[in-house]
Amino acid sequence: MDGRHQGGQAAKTAEHGSHVEHHEEIGFWRRYVFSTDHKVIGIQYTVTGLFFLFFGFCLMMILRWQLAYPGMPIPLIGSWLGDSRAPGGVMLPEFYNELGAMHGTIMVFLGVVPIGVGGFGNFVLPLQIGAADMAFPKINMFSYQFFVLGGLVMLLSFLLPGGAAQSGWTSYSPLADINPGQTAWGFGMVLIITSSLLGALNFITTTIQLRAKGMSFWRFPFFVWAQFVTAFLLLLAFPPLEAATVMQIMDRLAGTSFFLPAGLVVSGQQMLNSGGGNPLLWQHLFWFLAHPEVYVLILPALGIVAEVIANNTRKPLFGYTAMVYSLIFLGFMSFIVWAHHMFITGMGSGMATFFQTTTMIISIPSVVILASLLLSLWGGSIRFNTPMLFALAFLPMFGIGGLTGLPLGLSAPDIHLHDTYYVIAHFHYVVAPGTIFAFFAGLYFWYPKATGRRMNETLGNVHFWGSVIGMNGVFMPMFWIGLAGVSRRLYDGGATYDFGPEVASLTAFSSWSAWFLGISQLPFIANFFWSLRHGEVVDRNPWQSTTVEWQAPSPPPHGNFDRAPVIYRGPYDYSPPGYAVDFVPQTQEA
Amino acid sequence: MDGNHAIDIDRTVRGFVVVFITLLALTAVSVGVSYLHLKEWEAVTVALIIATFKASLVAMFFMRLLSETKVIFLVLGVTVAFFLVLLFVPLLTTMDRIRV
Amino acid sequence: MDALIPYITEPREDTGVTNSKICIWLFLASEIMLFGAFFATYIVLRLGSDSWPRGWEIQNVPLGATNTVVLITSSVTMVMAWASLERRDLAKFHRFIGATVLLGGVFLVIKYFEYSAKFAHHLAPSTSAYLAIYFTMTGLHALHVIFGMGANGYFWVTGRSYWQSGEQLLLVNRVENAGLFWHFVDLVWIFLFPILYLM
Repeated sequence: MDGRHQGGQAAKTAEHGSHVEHHEEIGFWRRYVFSTDHKVIGIQYTVTGLFFLFFGFCLMMILRWQLAYPGMPIPLIGSWLGDSRAPGGVMLPEFYNELGAMHGTIMVFLGVVPIGVGGFGNFVLPLQIGAADMAFPKINMFSYQFFVLGGLVMLLSFLLPGGAAQSGWTSYSPLADINPGQTAWGFGMVLIITSSLLGALNFITTTIQLRAKGMSFWRFPFFVWAQFVTAFLLLLAFPPLEAATVMQIMDRLAGTSFFLPAGLVVSGQQMLNSGGGNPLLWQHLFWFLAHPEVYVLILPALGIVAEVIANNTRKPLFGYTAMVYSLIFLGFMSFIVWAHHMFITGMGSGMATFFQTTTMIISIPSVVILASLLLSLWGGSIRFNTPMLFALAFLPMFGIGGLTGLPLGLSAPDIHLHDTYYVIAHFHYVVAPGTIFAFFAGLYFWYPKATGRRMNETLGNVHFWGSVIGMNGVFMPMFWIGLAGVSRRLYDGGATYDFGPEVASLTAFSSWSAWFLGISQLPFIANFFWSLRHGEVVDRNPWQSTTVEWQAPSPPPHGNFDRAPVIYRGPYDYSPPGYAVDFVPQTQEA
Repeated sequence: MDGNHAIDIDRTVRGFVVVFITLLALTAVSVGVSYLHLKEWEAVTVALIIATFKASLVAMFFMRLLSETKVIFLVLGVTVAFFLVLLFVPLLTTMDRIRV
Repeated sequence: MDALIPYITEPREDTGVTNSKICIWLFLASEIMLFGAFFATYIVLRLGSDSWPRGWEIQNVPLGATNTVVLITSSVTMVMAWASLERRDLAKFHRFIGATVLLGGVFLVIKYFEYSAKFAHHLAPSTSAYLAIYFTMTGLHALHVIFGMGANGYFWVTGRSYWQSGEQLLLVNRVENAGLFWHFVDLVWIFLFPILYLM
């Protein structure tokens, strides 16, 4: 991050255009807070995103007490929550709902996407394509600021009179039209969506226009392709949710009936709205975004895992071409599967067949990518450093997540499984020991590039094993809990139902695993900050990698490269025959 | 300027005037037809056909899409496809419902 | 710092476009999806309703038609503003971009009269599904008109200083992109008008 002493050198030798001398002090605020440098913005997104991830995790750790021990006062912090949320330390159902809805919203929109796209994308993409920065540095800064504003609105909504949003992260009407906290949620979402749209514009333009000489599309690292497709998903899928959110806000504030039918009775009172609205319309517009959104959650992760695996097997990725075509096909298909989230809304067999078919088809490119990553390990000289441990663990975890999605994508079994804990287990496997493991791999992997120091391997291993055990402990039991019939979002975890007693021990086990998982993150947090000052100092290319970002100094100065890079070869020239070293950087001619 | 260095600006301007007059004429037609108070589906068909044609003129000539690059066409083509999905699939799904 | 970013005024050889040209088209693609969601809403709500008013029963068609002509004309003046810059005629550019801003203003004034008349007759977004979608779509469209007027107004005011500080190409580029946004605003109205007034 401290480009001060490298800035002058880099500026003098920059090739295109006139350069800017960096001897003048830009000052703390312009350098670290209101920066337009993609690396600073990437770090800002990552750190802020990690904070939100941690906050969202804490919400769940509190929520899981109520599931494990329904009706018991929350230990330690119960008295701090106040009587409006937890009188006598016992969580109210409304507060339980807030925790659930905001956990989902925060993790998806304020944690995973900002880290995966805003963080990793911003920091790595320009470096990997050999560019000096993003195409629109000021817009980049604004996109981060909109994200922070949206996050603040979401956080502050907890202090509203009725509390934060409590209608699920899915905010279904009619409930979301009348429940507290939703207006703030809506405004927060509009700000967050704006941030993502600005980011998408930047990513696509930069990838197409600012790639270095010789960097053709087929020489892109898989990470770049993944971010490129992700940006298109954000660009085209988010606007309908923005429209729907505006309409839901209007239902709440202007008395419209976009999503409200006539004749609704709320708490014994007849609603006096005009009616004529359709609650399913909200679901269509929401899921039109939210399905591509889950690919926004996974694609950057696949990109990270691909880079870490290629690097730590010392051989080219297996099936790179097929993986890229699969990525593009997946991106396209992701727009026409959404109503598999709506199979039980009374959909006829015609449309159910359509969506079930597209959903089955979309599993094919996912499998191609996962299989290629697995096959990439075959015959490799595997180095088991911390990034690689997380990348390796990602593969079976994502496999479990993906495979367990199949019965959900088929309309018949989905009738039994919809809105049960089985669904929660499925999607968490893909996002939690899936995407978040990939993020950990990426953080350990690119930390040296961003800071010039390595993270500690021992702490990394402790973090890894604790996380693997913790994640599986939380989510594996949920498949059984869901198959037993427990619905999601139940205030008491199903305790009062017939199946209650048989799942109670599984539910408690899940909660204890969650608290164990939380503790397992402490070595990571400590490592992250400790290594800033005490980590082993590294040079430009500590992992002996072929991709272009490792040709820049660690950390890169403003403008990134001493000279504008020229690209001569593909991204994964590992162990080529006839070379003394087991890798040839993309920028090396012969 | 972009890649269209060789455009003949005078011919282009003459084209704008022709398009302008055509757009005014089509507007007059669609307004005139509305006074006939046609049946609902007839009115919808006529209005949308005329509107689509007018929009194409604006896009092709004022936005000069005809002479744009492949990259832009690809982006727009994909967008229009998803636009049509968004327009019709929710409707189809709402119509194809289980009737008791 | 911005000197490090290429293809701001010169197009990249293999793609044939500048950065901002791609960016504005990508942005318009997202706007197509934004308005698309509202059109989808209109379709679902109208076809799901027992009774839906014909446009002329609620709207003042001549006023709406006038607004349509206003916007189409403003699209012509906008593209002529760009053409004037291509011909390096700053005076004509000022006239045409000014006319575009003024026509946008006329559009908004007519919209103001339309809205006031509705409110005076107790017709509000909460009154019916038709009015909800009418006010929301035309309101969002009007916000886009205001934004476009702001951008065009900025060029009206700063055009001369771009010219004199040797940044002609940058101005031509930016006005062209602002024009694309303005034409899109016209394009949306070309669909909104028949859908809300004539069907």
